[in-house]
Amino acid sequence: MTAPASPPKKVRGEPILAVRDLVKHFPITQGVVFQRQIGAVRAVDGVSFDLRRGETLGIVGESGCGKSTLARLLMRLEMPTSGAATLEGRDLFAARGGELRRLRRNMQMVLQDPYTSLNPRMTVGDIIGEPFEIHPEAAPKGSRQRRVQELLDMVGLSPEHLNRYPHQFSGGQRQRIGIARALALRPEVIVCDEPVSALDVSIQAQVINLLEQLQDELGLSYIFIAHDLSVVRHICDRVAVMYLGRIVELGTEEEIYQRATHPYTQALLSAVPVPDPELRDNQNMIRLIGDVPSPANPPSGCRFRTRCWKAQDVCATQDPDTVPRAADPHPSACHFAELRAPASPS
Amino acid sequence: MSQSAVQPTPASPTPEGGHLLEVRDLHVEFRTGEGVAKVINGVSYHLDAGETLAVLGESGSGKSVTAQAIMGILDTPPAVIRSGQIRYQGRDLLTQSEEQRRQVRGTEIAMIFQDALSALNPTFPVGWQISETLRQRAGMSRGNARQRAIELMELVKIPAAANRLGDYPHQFSGGMRQRVMIAMALALNPKVLIADEPTTALDVTVQAQIMDLLADLRRDLRMAMILITHDLGVVAGVADRIAVMYAGRIVEHADVRSLYKSPAHPYTKGLLESIPRLDFHGQHLSTIRGLPPNLMRIPSGCPFHPRCPYVQQVCVDVVPHDLVLGDGRTSACHFAQEVRDDRAR
Repeated sequence: MTAPASPPKKVRGEPILAVRDLVKHFPITQGVVFQRQIGAVRAVDGVSFDLRRGETLGIVGESGCGKSTLARLLMRLEMPTSGAATLEGRDLFAARGGELRRLRRNMQMVLQDPYTSLNPRMTVGDIIGEPFEIHPEAAPKGSRQRRVQELLDMVGLSPEHLNRYPHQFSGGQRQRIGIARALALRPEVIVCDEPVSALDVSIQAQVINLLEQLQDELGLSYIFIAHDLSVVRHICDRVAVMYLGRIVELGTEEEIYQRATHPYTQALLSAVPVPDPELRDNQNMIRLIGDVPSPANPPSGCRFRTRCWKAQDVCATQDPDTVPRAADPHPSACHFAELRAPASPS
Repeated sequence: MSQSAVQPTPASPTPEGGHLLEVRDLHVEFRTGEGVAKVINGVSYHLDAGETLAVLGESGSGKSVTAQAIMGILDTPPAVIRSGQIRYQGRDLLTQSEEQRRQVRGTEIAMIFQDALSALNPTFPVGWQISETLRQRAGMSRGNARQRAIELMELVKIPAAANRLGDYPHQFSGGMRQRVMIAMALALNPKVLIADEPTTALDVTVQAQIMDLLADLRRDLRMAMILITHDLGVVAGVADRIAVMYAGRIVEHADVRSLYKSPAHPYTKGLLESIPRLDFHGQHLSTIRGLPPNLMRIPSGCPFHPRCPYVQQVCVDVVPHDLVLGDGRTSACHFAQEVRDDRAR
């Protein structure tokens, strides 16, 4: 196929990216010459969701839950062990050559660390203009410099900064450069992997506001990966909570933050320190014991059962599906899904 | 004491007369090839027995350097302590010999760090590392030190402590490593614990465990704690008082409740308004414009003036002194009262 038969209609709210049963196992090998596989790290283990046009989908979870591997799969930096993903109806993992290049144009990434994700030996103009070298059809040669200046202006940097090097910028400004680079090819989907967690508090708000403003202006869809639940609540329309390679709960911002039914989500939310000393005494925190189990050897049945206060025998034998539950109609992977008793009013 | 004549508060060798730990007008600079960075510019704070003081600031504000100066672990050079005093139980640590300071370090004031993996030695088992302190400093025998190391690991709630004595740091999870480091810091029963971003590298559920542990230990062992952090949420949960640092100065100092309720410095106010809250949705996220200053070129007058919404000509010309607002509150802002009442309105 050289060109899509008819350009898809861009309706806000329709699924733009569909992910089904995505699995990525990293082999653990032993031996030097004949490497035998002795196990696998199940980084992503059956993840399904839709990203709708124009929305921000948050993916939250603790370290090791597989959220960054998921991002790398969606960018096709890794190939999945099994499962499928389609971007505007086209298979992300079957695409080759020119089709893959077109897919990649439509999906870009903003990385966590603004210090290591920019080449120190390239000027800002070269960094932001580099996507045009790979995708020359995106901007004709003569207009590239103007386009780069436009992009700098769009992310709130001065167009005169074109010839500076990354070390001449602060962390927040570097993250803006990373965002400009991601926007260069006018993508529709941007995967943001912890875009603000390396930034200071006073700078973080500037970058969050920029991301929101760009979404309004350009109609972007974001996958926003973060561990900071307050930031995710602020920016996201829908939120997926991951634990050990699975999505354990998926819902709108309100469903997750006010009507969570999965015990892990409830514990995660209750552990976030609230910046208000008046609430420190009546915060009814759920204290989880222990650490996240190794993804190389996840518990049988429900993966959260080893840390869950509701665990019964059925949790060890039967793996709960992420399906709507009686307690609330959004998907939750718990046999005993129920709403939490409301916190004491404040 | 000989210095007491020149100080406004009488310094006595016991904590009753003065404070347990007091930093007075500390100035530290870093002399580098590119110039002199004025990292600490007149920091004063104090800590009384049994209380928790939070030192809040962004990267480069000087919060960790102050703590390193207290511990005597600043790299000199490039760091130079220009002037000031660090008084522990009335004695100025900065005038003491290295040997005298060594006696204070660990036994009186101990410190835990952000990154436990790089703070622990990867080539020795953790049990050995905890008991080394006890053998070297408390003169314990191998067997006694080992027994005490197990007790300490139980104190910080490491499960099956006796079995894990021989494990190496990489065999522990992030939260457990942090517990090992806390156990090492507690080995010699210090009266002051300095915690430098103790939970920044940890996930929220583990962060909650470690903060709980620190609060319990502080209460049970009657320690005073200096908590250095950038996280306004963590501070709200544990601190008694807060010192907010900006560009090497303390810009606001208050008890925790009044500071969150009515910040009296524009920087504190800006910080509180720029964090998204878990318990609200759809709030407008206001920002502090601009960037933190380059410490080699700190702006004239108030160092915050280029970013401040309340800025007037006086802020550019005159360095604001600490304005006392009552209840032990101070704010280094020419318009401290206006800022405070602005929010209360």
